[in-house]
Amino acid sequence: MFKHFITLQWKSFWRSASLSSNIWIKLFMGFWALLLIIMVSFGGMVAFYLIKNKLCQDPLDFINTFLIYWVIFDLVFKYALQKMPVVNIKPLLILPFKKNKIVSFAFGKTVFSFFNIFHAFFFIPFSVALISNDYPVSNVLYWNLGLMAIVYSNNFLNILVNNRDNLVYIIAGIMAILGGLHYFEYFNITEYTAPFFRNIYDNVLIVLFPIILLILFIYLSFTLFAKDLFLDAGLAVKSKDVKTEDLLWLDRFGKTAIFLKNDIKLIKRNKRARSTVLVSIMFLFYGLLFFTGSIETYEGPVWRIFAGIFVSGGFLLSFGQFVPSWDSSYYPLMMSQNIKYKEYLSSKWWLMVIATLLSTILCSAYLYFGWEVYLAILAGAVYNIGVNSHVVLWAGAYIKTPIDLTSNKKAFGDKQAFNTKTLLLTLPKMVLPLILYAIGHYSLGPNAGYALVVLAGIAGFAFKDKVFDIIEKIYREEKYKTIAAYKQKK
Amino acid sequence: MITIHNVSKTYTDNTVLHIDSLEIPKGQSFGLVGNNGAGKTTLFSALLDLIKPTTGYIESNGVQVHKSEDWKAFTSAFIDETFLIGYLTAEEYFYFIGELRGQKKSEVDALLEGFKDFFHGEILGQKKYLRDLSKGNQKKAGIVAALIGKPDVIILDEPFANLDPTTQIRLKGIIKDLAINQDITVLVSSHDLSHVTEVCERIVVLEKGEVIKDLKTSEETLQELEMHFAQ
Repeated sequence: MFKHFITLQWKSFWRSASLSSNIWIKLFMGFWALLLIIMVSFGGMVAFYLIKNKLCQDPLDFINTFLIYWVIFDLVFKYALQKMPVVNIKPLLILPFKKNKIVSFAFGKTVFSFFNIFHAFFFIPFSVALISNDYPVSNVLYWNLGLMAIVYSNNFLNILVNNRDNLVYIIAGIMAILGGLHYFEYFNITEYTAPFFRNIYDNVLIVLFPIILLILFIYLSFTLFAKDLFLDAGLAVKSKDVKTEDLLWLDRFGKTAIFLKNDIKLIKRNKRARSTVLVSIMFLFYGLLFFTGSIETYEGPVWRIFAGIFVSGGFLLSFGQFVPSWDSSYYPLMMSQNIKYKEYLSSKWWLMVIATLLSTILCSAYLYFGWEVYLAILAGAVYNIGVNSHVVLWAGAYIKTPIDLTSNKKAFGDKQAFNTKTLLLTLPKMVLPLILYAIGHYSLGPNAGYALVVLAGIAGFAFKDKVFDIIEKIYREEKYKTIAAYKQKK
Repeated sequence: MITIHNVSKTYTDNTVLHIDSLEIPKGQSFGLVGNNGAGKTTLFSALLDLIKPTTGYIESNGVQVHKSEDWKAFTSAFIDETFLIGYLTAEEYFYFIGELRGQKKSEVDALLEGFKDFFHGEILGQKKYLRDLSKGNQKKAGIVAALIGKPDVIILDEPFANLDPTTQIRLKGIIKDLAINQDITVLVSSHDLSHVTEVCERIVVLEKGEVIKDLKTSEETLQELEMHFAQ
């Protein structure tokens, strides 16, 4: 019977629209996945020697210290990205299967999910390094067993708590607070958790704790899931009571406001769109890598502009790259309604500009690292508004990946990144400002570099109408192809 | 109002639509019938410039639809769920369409008031997004949205499908009223022969993309159509 399930799964995987598109894209994705795996495995090996030789600490204890963050991060990540195994269950319900079988299959699928397997690529090489350095094999095995049980506990905990929307933010918030307290040395949670992970290594009996926890979670989620295997219970599509919103304060934007209102609702009400906001918040912290000097290669002055662009333009880059795909599910409506392209585009443009300004204001916290740092961010922001906002809209015209707004799957690493035209368009987005800055910096000094970047931004802004005309033309030319592409559901 | 000049659509050797000429005068209620794959939706999509005909062109009120966008101001349509914005409530959706068509909120409200019976209390004030409504209710919202803003041409693809009997009867009343009393050109496609014969003055039968019958509706039309499709 399981054979049936497996073949169904096999077909659904290989026949999905995203995969069946092109053999080259398949190969390319396979290549990247392989590369990622190799890099992480390599990282596991390297981590051992790095900690030992550079930091002069015991690698095992060092990793144990940070495991608590690893575990919490794993849970947040799973919660945010892993899909629940409910899909494709409906047609199986009335077929002669025992319900327990269906549940075991659905759960079995999650066991092999990338989110669980991924950890092995780090911990197995790391363990190999441990063993080859005379750590006892049996203890390393206990440790791995314990960690595996914890990772899988997370897996089933995720199934249990799914659909409780706020939980992930609470957990992530706690993690951020703990991390902050740890960093500023007020309170160190790892002092309490590290010994526990150490005990897993030392004592086989302690390993039983995570295993018992895992069994408990499996049992709980299994009964919950099996009990709810009805269309109106666990398989029902949840819908919350919602309110009609006017957003009248946006009316001051004139005709653009019609679309602006819609775009704000789009972001508020769709999981996928919300995650771009999350990403842009994460980008705000990206600058820390550059400005704190924690990574040597990022010390070069040119990287400051790079950071400035990312930090101020997180939303612009993550949201903007999918215009007009955000509207893919109702694109025929937009194309047959009484709509001027220009108004439609300028709404997206305003949205990106407002977000960039907001990020720039929030970034004033970087003044802590000196005014040069903030100057780089300001220059990046001007360039983002003047040039990148246009480039992003332009690139969007060539992207024809429909977006399923309600699902978060594929939110990261969409295959659209492999589109050659969009790849080419990243040059003006990223590389040009670096070159401009470098020219200024090495000829007349840093201020001249900033000035050049800002000038480019202002020039782009001045040509706004002209650029919009060009983009509009491209949108019009690509219209039929875009409509046809959006018709192909995932 | 609408003139079709030698329009055809071919996908790699497979011609799905081929109409030499067809003219739909203003204020006519026009019915399109045909089996699956006959080209009904393709024709409607071409009318809305959503697909590009391989040959020929379509003129709407003197505007070539693939050249200028001026037809959009007087044309509205509901083809399928891609004409709905899933994350809006029904009210928000109606107001959005209203704003696009230059209607004030109060004007939209006045129009909606007239469709109270049609909505049967299941559309307005539902505290639900359109994507969470049932198929039938989504259709009701889409059809009414197509009537906002006094368009001259309304295109409805399969408007009767998924509707309950009461709503079907009410919809027939609405469509008849549009063509007869408001001089609006209504284009409707359907699989239900009795519905189209009841609401349309003229019925065109498509088969494999070609017009094979063009009838002025009379007492015998329904029988003739049934005979035709029974073969």
